[in-house]
Amino acid sequence: MRPTAPLMLLAATVVAAGTLTACSSGSGSDAGTVKVAFIKDTNGKVTVRDDYVRLVARQFEKDHPGKKVRLIPIQASENDYYTKIQQMMRSPRTAPDVVYEDTFLVNSDITAGLLRPLDPYLRTWDDWRQFQPAAKAAARGQDGRTYGVPDGTDTRGLWFNKKIFKKAGLPADWRPRTWDEVLDAARTVKREVPGVIPLNVFTGKGAGEAAVMQGFEMLLYGTGEHQLYDPGAKKWVTGTRGFRDSLSFLDTVYRERLGPEVSDALSPNIQTNVAAELLPEEKLAIDLDGSWLGQQWQKTGGGNPWPAWSATLGQAPFPTQHGAPPGKVSLAGGWTWSVPRKAQQPDLAWKLIETFQSKPNALEWCVRGAQIAVRKDVAADPRYRTSVPGIGFFTGLVGVSRYRPALPEYPRVAAAIGEAMEAVTADDASPDKAAADYDTTLKSLVAGRTVAKP
Amino acid sequence: MTGAVARAAVRARRPGARPAGGPRARLLGWSPLVPATVLLLLFLVGPIGYCVLIAFTDTQLTGQESASFVGLANFRQAFGDPAFRNAVVLTLVFTVLSSLVGQNTLGLALAGLMRRASRPVRALTGAMVITAWVLPEIVAGFLLYTFFERRGTLNALLDQLHLPAQNWLFTLPIVAVSFANVWRGTAFSMLIYSAALAGIPQEVTESAEVDGAGGLRRLWHITLPMIRRSIGTNLMLNTLQTLSVFGLIWVMTRGGPGNRSQTLPVFMYDQAFLKSLIGYGTAVALLLLLVGALFSVVYLRLLREEV
Repeated sequence: MRPTAPLMLLAATVVAAGTLTACSSGSGSDAGTVKVAFIKDTNGKVTVRDDYVRLVARQFEKDHPGKKVRLIPIQASENDYYTKIQQMMRSPRTAPDVVYEDTFLVNSDITAGLLRPLDPYLRTWDDWRQFQPAAKAAARGQDGRTYGVPDGTDTRGLWFNKKIFKKAGLPADWRPRTWDEVLDAARTVKREVPGVIPLNVFTGKGAGEAAVMQGFEMLLYGTGEHQLYDPGAKKWVTGTRGFRDSLSFLDTVYRERLGPEVSDALSPNIQTNVAAELLPEEKLAIDLDGSWLGQQWQKTGGGNPWPAWSATLGQAPFPTQHGAPPGKVSLAGGWTWSVPRKAQQPDLAWKLIETFQSKPNALEWCVRGAQIAVRKDVAADPRYRTSVPGIGFFTGLVGVSRYRPALPEYPRVAAAIGEAMEAVTADDASPDKAAADYDTTLKSLVAGRTVAKP
Repeated sequence: MTGAVARAAVRARRPGARPAGGPRARLLGWSPLVPATVLLLLFLVGPIGYCVLIAFTDTQLTGQESASFVGLANFRQAFGDPAFRNAVVLTLVFTVLSSLVGQNTLGLALAGLMRRASRPVRALTGAMVITAWVLPEIVAGFLLYTFFERRGTLNALLDQLHLPAQNWLFTLPIVAVSFANVWRGTAFSMLIYSAALAGIPQEVTESAEVDGAGGLRRLWHITLPMIRRSIGTNLMLNTLQTLSVFGLIWVMTRGGPGNRSQTLPVFMYDQAFLKSLIGYGTAVALLLLLVGALFSVVYLRLLREEV
């Protein structure tokens, strides 16, 4: 070898190693400062959460003289945000004191020992009694302890543009009863109103958990009982008809060109695209999406003010596959405020969470963020009930709402579902083939704890 | 060997060398290197050693109580994983297409052409090519994303020329990202080759011309052999850099659609950070290192042989 060769090998090594190691950032902390990390919308104009966190932080600083709140907004897509906070929480030097956790991830992070149980604080906190039982369980670990305080929940359903529907000759009080009726309405729009995208169902890896929850699971949970996880047997389910049918629904939407261009649908920007462009510009007729969409169109902090939205958009529950009772499907998720195990100021962090979830502040967030309330006193407050048009409709779905399996391996199962969706949407695999590939992946992900179902 | 003999030997080998003192003095002589060595150990060897260590464990970012040593399981998993094999093939396609064929050949052609060009043309071309090179990877990625995107610049141009539109980010993603890498990296090859071509003595070219050698023959028999070492160095640097391209591909396609542009670095990121399998991702990183080392060995052999 020439004398320069080892140097070059070394250079190559460093480049490769750098990719995996260049992810830490030092930050000092002092006794009077509490650090709070949360997700910031990828659309820089949407500041609704930032504004709210800042408001609470200022109030906290006023109530606790000498204390400071340092905000750590992380502007990223959801998947990148999860990765970022997990890395931050691994080291005491970078761990925030309060972290905003998706309930989707919270069990996985509990198992990894990244979070701190809050039970000692909750026992002496009177307001905890105001939380609905389902909300109290949102961040409960398999050890029975509670690791987060939810700030709201969400439900899912169909949003549709009444003006486009009128042009297509569809009713303004549209209530589809089966999947076929949803597809038929989309086909009608395609025929009668050219130039408009008939139906958006999030799909693929780009949209991350949004595609899996708003897209796939809204379908799957309408095909029958326990099509994903069997809580009785404590096993993940393979080979179900429901899984294949759900993929077939997506296949139909994208093969018949009822959805957005496939390349757009698989892009990581599709969520922003739908909320900031397609819906406000009235280029999308039906959208299977979450209850929080309205927050994007608020006058302040919304980023895309669209005052006419409440008159233009209608809402309908998403039906079960063949109309089986209860006739509608919704999934509930949401986020919690948690304290990392390696937080430097846990007591102060708890005080901040109390401030976040005091009744007035919880109400403020539900109104600003178009959240479904989890506190009974907030849910009963007239200001909440009249805050955002449609909030009554989505609150009504709480009764039929289902939850994702709250298990540590769920995030990786969800990633495998995203891959199956992407394969079908990009036409790389038939629904049957994609479902079979998912079964194989699933077995290795959950170490064989699967059960085959017809 | 005793100290005195050793010293004598040193003096005999290096007649001009300063006579060394005792072992203590020699140690003192090394002392200026200590900070650099410590830094190297801390920031280069440390992280690499840590990576090697993790590659043999099942460490996860989340969802796991404690990591344990799993031996070669990660490597076995990689070789049995069709997605990994797909990533290896795509990495080779990407490297050959964008580094060997694209950057290298285009860089040489540009350097050759620029020697004949007038000064203003040379300055302008040079400035443009180098601008693409100095742009941060992320910025270049976004630029090329907006260029290739379905509603992007390229389709606007094609539309003006009444040509059919393209959607390469979706239909031929590996070609699109390869083009992007050529666009970004050609300047480097051009600079190396410009310097190499300038080093060919005028007389050699002239005497070849007098002997009646045409342009192609001069290129094959005079130019290429004379810049052989530069070609080797350039190929090696290009290849190693291309093998580790991540930001460009991540910004443009995220490895998709499906996994049609998922090269090894993107696969590694997906496994380590999106699927939380840090151990497996690190094992893949080591395998990527191996691919780079293989390329390097081939180039080094090329460099060693004398004509």
